[in-house]
Amino acid sequence: MSIVATPKLSVQGLTKSYDGTPVLERVDLLVEDGSFCTIVGASGCGKSTFLRMLLSQELPTRGQILLDGAPLPDEPTPDRGIVFQKYSVFSHLTVAENLILAAEFAGAPLSGRLFGKSRRRAKDDIDEILDRIGLKAAADRYPVQLSGGMQQRLAIAQALIKKPNILLLDEPFGALDPGIRVDMHELLLGLWKDLGMTIFMVTHDIHEAFKLGTRLLVFDKVRHDPQAPDAYGATITYDLPLSSPETAPEKLPEDIAGAIRQPAQNTPQKTQTPKTYEERP
Amino acid sequence: MRIINRRPSRLLTLALGLVPFIATILVYAVASHYRRLENPADKLLPSLDSMGQAFWRMAAVPDRRSGDLLLWVDTFDSLWRLGTGMAVSTLLALILGISIGFIPHIRSALAPYIATFSLIPPITILPILFITFGLGEVSKIALIVIGTAPIMVRSTAQAVLDIPREMIIKAETLGASVWQMVTRLVLPQVLPKLITALRLGLVPAWIFLISAEAIASTTGLGYRIFLVRRYLAMDVILPYVVWITLLAFLLDRLLLLLSRRAFRWNHLGSDAL
Repeated sequence: MSIVATPKLSVQGLTKSYDGTPVLERVDLLVEDGSFCTIVGASGCGKSTFLRMLLSQELPTRGQILLDGAPLPDEPTPDRGIVFQKYSVFSHLTVAENLILAAEFAGAPLSGRLFGKSRRRAKDDIDEILDRIGLKAAADRYPVQLSGGMQQRLAIAQALIKKPNILLLDEPFGALDPGIRVDMHELLLGLWKDLGMTIFMVTHDIHEAFKLGTRLLVFDKVRHDPQAPDAYGATITYDLPLSSPETAPEKLPEDIAGAIRQPAQNTPQKTQTPKTYEERP
Repeated sequence: MRIINRRPSRLLTLALGLVPFIATILVYAVASHYRRLENPADKLLPSLDSMGQAFWRMAAVPDRRSGDLLLWVDTFDSLWRLGTGMAVSTLLALILGISIGFIPHIRSALAPYIATFSLIPPITILPILFITFGLGEVSKIALIVIGTAPIMVRSTAQAVLDIPREMIIKAETLGASVWQMVTRLVLPQVLPKLITALRLGLVPAWIFLISAEAIASTTGLGYRIFLVRRYLAMDVILPYVVWITLLAFLLDRLLLLLSRRAFRWNHLGSDAL
């Protein structure tokens, strides 16, 4: 990777441990503006932890993350949007209410609620995005009444309302059917091209990672102690540019898939079942 | 077809629901009948007829001494105490529950205290309340509050903690202040559960109300029951118990209806009791 003149995001010597057990160690990364970074790795390798640190939902144990040259704030802020696999939208608000909420926060500091003319204007403002995500007819429905794909379309639209510089996606399509995923890919790529934000997307689908990203980051452990499988954390082991579809990427999805599975073969005594994706400290 | 997959029709649901009630009344009527065959003046299991007359006397015939319709005076006074007590408890649950559930520093400061406080058997505080506040309304309402508020605060705080962290993070990325998160996210997510806590809190609330009225009062449903107990007046006590149960049932259903009306989103997915 060549040195980027003005990196949008710069990660320096990032390490994260929980109770002394390292999950991530010595992660270094420079990302230029407008990149679409897809992140893959084995279960429990810390890729979701990395995303949570980009969001400031968790803070690094060591090292730092710079956004436009300045350290990230210590808590989530509107400059970074997020879409989770689930619970991303507000279950007590209708589709339209979910989308005007950000305008209500901005327009009414005390009540957090807009009324009358300003509310109608806020609803007019979301007309275009409602149309784009195909939820115009469902504007007055509650999230429980929507399908999984519709909920995630709403979640993506809601995350983009504040026009964030960085959009973080934590396995956003993990719970969706393959056919619906393809539609979601189209929507996401279209929005990315129009809005030009930098995207980080964690996925466990390697083909999805190759299809969507301009850059593929693979998280894995480089150091192994067979006697103490938890002694070392993961870091970025592959950093592949995928930007030019004409020239075939130097590695194929199958190679990466093999590379991710490797550690399990190296340490046969590590027989525990993979952790779920929502590993929490 | 397996029995777990069979669903009763609407009519059958209603009929099945009525069966245990009708069976209870029948069993009582038969038992009462045979007891009165032996002793027509039996006080223990009065006939349905005599209970009906006693209830009518309490509800529609002015009391000879005070000129009041006793049932309605008792009902009004009891419901007023219950309502005031539960209103205070609900308010405390809302304010303390949200603060404890949402703000870690307040949680650290108050959660252990409330957890300890909720373990005090409320009835043991009743003498202290009578000594401090006298025998008037305040001590009865205070007993209801002390008996119900700590549990309601804890369950509300837990409801706040149960809000998916993802939603709170999302609100932060949409630029919400803490206060805006409380009004637009925490409060609406917690209110349906607060109503559930209120419905569950009403059960002990009735116990504390009746206890306080039984010990020191001059009106109220509990007072009346314990007053006529001296004359073994089962024909008054039993209808009063049924009346209290009916009031409690209606309050519970009203709250459920309110929850369904006001928080439709919360009742769309699953059916609840």
